[in-house]
Amino acid sequence: MADAIGKNYQKIISEKQDIIRDEWLKRLKVALEYQKDILTEKELNKNLDGFMTLFLKTIRSEEKDLLSGKEWKELKEHLSQIIQKWASQGFSIRETLSFLLTFERVLFERIREELGKEERENLDEFTGLEELLTELEEFVAEQHVKNREEIIARQQREILELSTPVVTLWKGILAVPLIGTLDSARTQTVMETLLQKIVETGSEIAIIDITGVPAVDTQVAQHIIKTIDAARLMGADCIISGIRPQIAQTMVALGVTFDVVTKATLADAFSIALKRLGFEIKEDRREEK
Amino acid sequence: MEAAIEEKTIKIKESNDVVTVRREAREYAEKLGFNLLEQTKIVTAASEIARNAIVFGGGGIARFTTIEKPDKRGLQISFIDHGPGIEDIEAAMKDGYTTGGGLGLGLGGTKRLMDEFHIRSEPGKGTSVTIVKYL
Repeated sequence: MADAIGKNYQKIISEKQDIIRDEWLKRLKVALEYQKDILTEKELNKNLDGFMTLFLKTIRSEEKDLLSGKEWKELKEHLSQIIQKWASQGFSIRETLSFLLTFERVLFERIREELGKEERENLDEFTGLEELLTELEEFVAEQHVKNREEIIARQQREILELSTPVVTLWKGILAVPLIGTLDSARTQTVMETLLQKIVETGSEIAIIDITGVPAVDTQVAQHIIKTIDAARLMGADCIISGIRPQIAQTMVALGVTFDVVTKATLADAFSIALKRLGFEIKEDRREEK
Repeated sequence: MEAAIEEKTIKIKESNDVVTVRREAREYAEKLGFNLLEQTKIVTAASEIARNAIVFGGGGIARFTTIEKPDKRGLQISFIDHGPGIEDIEAAMKDGYTTGGGLGLGLGGTKRLMDEFHIRSEPGKGTSVTIVKYL
């Protein structure tokens, strides 16, 4: 809830909007340590002018509660676009907030100067304006955090894809070394990549190595089982390797089974895979002769 | 005398929160001195129930408490959601029973992984599951 802004305040802000705007731009540039390679002069001016226009509209609004009017909504929408852009450019929370803080400072200074002595002592009219600005500042802080969180989430998805390599061990033999916590999104990505790679390379055997996985729950197991089934339909067999003792026992208690060959180590799995493809592994003893 | 391990409640809402639950479960299990096998069992059980609470219950909370009794110590984890609840608990506990396209081993499997397993559910009100493992 923010009360209507007094008429003489409205008058001051409207009449002096150009002075306020210019002073604001000056201070904002200082606060941002302005560099035009990041933010063009033109864009910055557009941001300020847009805000100024919508801010004036908001305080002139006929609404009883300024925060329920459509002018307020437009103002927030404009701000939101600015900070979203800034967040994507890596602006800090301090820099983002300085957009409003410098505006507030300039605005109040101007009002103090224009008001008569008596009016200056009447603080009641100040409240509405302050409430409005506080509300905007909270909004900016919240939006900034939200934008950063979106960026973090996107980076997480990128890491997810980076950290799921499928490697060719031999012609016809693929291996996926799974490492770390397997949330379902990640398991799914790995499995999709594996199936894709089976098609691309025409491999007959895929080794899924889970040495680096700390826990296998039913959902992870289900993803692995589905991949085994899908690979089989594509003419490839899977071998699971690296099931550690504690995981084996946990899986038995859960009642999960894998309907394929499983081996304790990746080396064992590789050796079986080579044999299946018709290779023979021999130790070279020439040196002993 | 060891320092008491504090109780902790965390919000679980999105599928990523299962990872947080697993990490917390492992940390608690480690601090209490469970061996690697028991830790893995606890982590896996917590993972199952947390996922159920999120997928079927629309999210809720997970609370980690340590049990300090004269004769035994242990870790208790409670999951509470306010989702649609489970119509037929007996059926849900059976291996292979699923309404969500999973393996249907989560509840029964979790019971086998832990020392205690308590489930309360009221259709329309939600579900609470408490699991306990003793040292």
